[in-house]
Amino acid sequence: MLRIRKIIQLLFSLLVCAAPVGHAGDLTVAVAANFREPMLQIATDFEQRTGHRPTLIFGSSGKFFAQISHGAPFDCFLSADQTKPAALVAAGLAVAGSQFTYAIGAIALWSANPDWVDDKGEVLTMGSYRNLAIANPELAPYGVAAMDVLRHLNLTRSVRLVQGENIAQTYQFVSSGNADIGFVALSQIMAAGRLRSGSAWRVPAELYSPIRQDAVLLTLGKENPAAVALLSHLKRESAIRIIESFSYQTQVID
Amino acid sequence: MGFSADDLTAIWLTFRLATLVTVLLLLLATPLAWWLARTHSWWKTPISAVVALPLVLPPTVIGFYLLLAMGPNGPLGQLTVALGLGTLPFTFWGLVVASMFYSLPFVVQPIQNAMESLGERPLEVAATLRAGPVDRFFSVVLPLTRPGFVTAAILGFAHTVGEFGVVLMIGGNIPGVTRVISVQLYDHVEALDYGHAHALSAAMLIFSFAVLVVVYGFNRQKKMARMMGAA
Repeated sequence: MLRIRKIIQLLFSLLVCAAPVGHAGDLTVAVAANFREPMLQIATDFEQRTGHRPTLIFGSSGKFFAQISHGAPFDCFLSADQTKPAALVAAGLAVAGSQFTYAIGAIALWSANPDWVDDKGEVLTMGSYRNLAIANPELAPYGVAAMDVLRHLNLTRSVRLVQGENIAQTYQFVSSGNADIGFVALSQIMAAGRLRSGSAWRVPAELYSPIRQDAVLLTLGKENPAAVALLSHLKRESAIRIIESFSYQTQVID
Repeated sequence: MGFSADDLTAIWLTFRLATLVTVLLLLLATPLAWWLARTHSWWKTPISAVVALPLVLPPTVIGFYLLLAMGPNGPLGQLTVALGLGTLPFTFWGLVVASMFYSLPFVVQPIQNAMESLGERPLEVAATLRAGPVDRFFSVVLPLTRPGFVTAAILGFAHTVGEFGVVLMIGGNIPGVTRVISVQLYDHVEALDYGHAHALSAAMLIFSFAVLVVVYGFNRQKKMARMMGAA
């Protein structure tokens, strides 16, 4: 009897100890899924430079918006668009004046097959494909950009669309060959300035409005020096170099 | 609040999908459950495990593998292409196949349980009355295991209505083809359209509750009737 009680006590204390213990200088950052790879590198760099250790949570911006609106314990939010950070500021959930563009995304028409997409995107007008994958334009800024392109080319009526829930799923549809071609984020298919696989058409910037991704300091992180430090770190040379290496553009910050 | 035209399309699509899946599953599950209930074969354990897999696997795993398997480079995809059917993802029939796999345990297990609790006795009696195997199955087994079939049909239908992760992975969100209620609901939430999300969520909640009340009520009634019969 006594032994059982001891074991239970031991187990319980283990459980309690194993729970993550927050210590000073830590912060939690909600990051749009498309920015996953660069953010992992930036976080390592940031931790080495400042000693602050960020906990990164990746997901869709819409989900983060809902969670932050209901009290999620995040210090900063790196959205995939500009409207959600602005709405959080308007609702008093984010700090006014802290919003800035950390990356500008671009889209490409891509196929896993090395011959299907020509460098002018004529495969779209010729219509010699079964289906075209885009991110859901109601949810994802990358989907909005894709619809912009189709509108510019007067193709909105003639395409056979399938929609991914987000840009990561859209990539999956194309890479698995289930969709012949698709509009994906340039950052997904490029590595060190080169196309990783398949064939792609880098969509000219005048065919869609640039996908500006904004970061914002949340009200919960206002007093957290680590959160403030991370946001200013995103504007530093070393972070910008990482962001641009993933084929995002950055804007000059004054 | 209230339903938009898109919501109604999604509701009708989901209803069609769930009905078709339930009918097909009953046809498939009956012989399978019968075999599982009667066999002493070594295969019983692995086959039961495969049937129960969707209970424990995250739907995203099922959806991901189905997407790969049914794609142009997957074994199922190559089969359907060779048969001249094209590939299944992003089609209504793709959802039917995926849902049949996903809801399989909910249909097989109640039928199997009913058949197992039947025992050998009624069949032996029927055999002494010179009923052949087919006759025994239709005039003894089916009537006596009807509660199992009713539960199976209701659970299979309801589980297909509630399906989300799998459809999200292989559906492609095409209105009227693959955009079912749960995906439509998800889109509303993600797009911050909470009014429409509430309407659909409430409808789903009431539907699910009603289904479970019917199942439990039905089972209880059967039990009561049996007790009364014994008394």
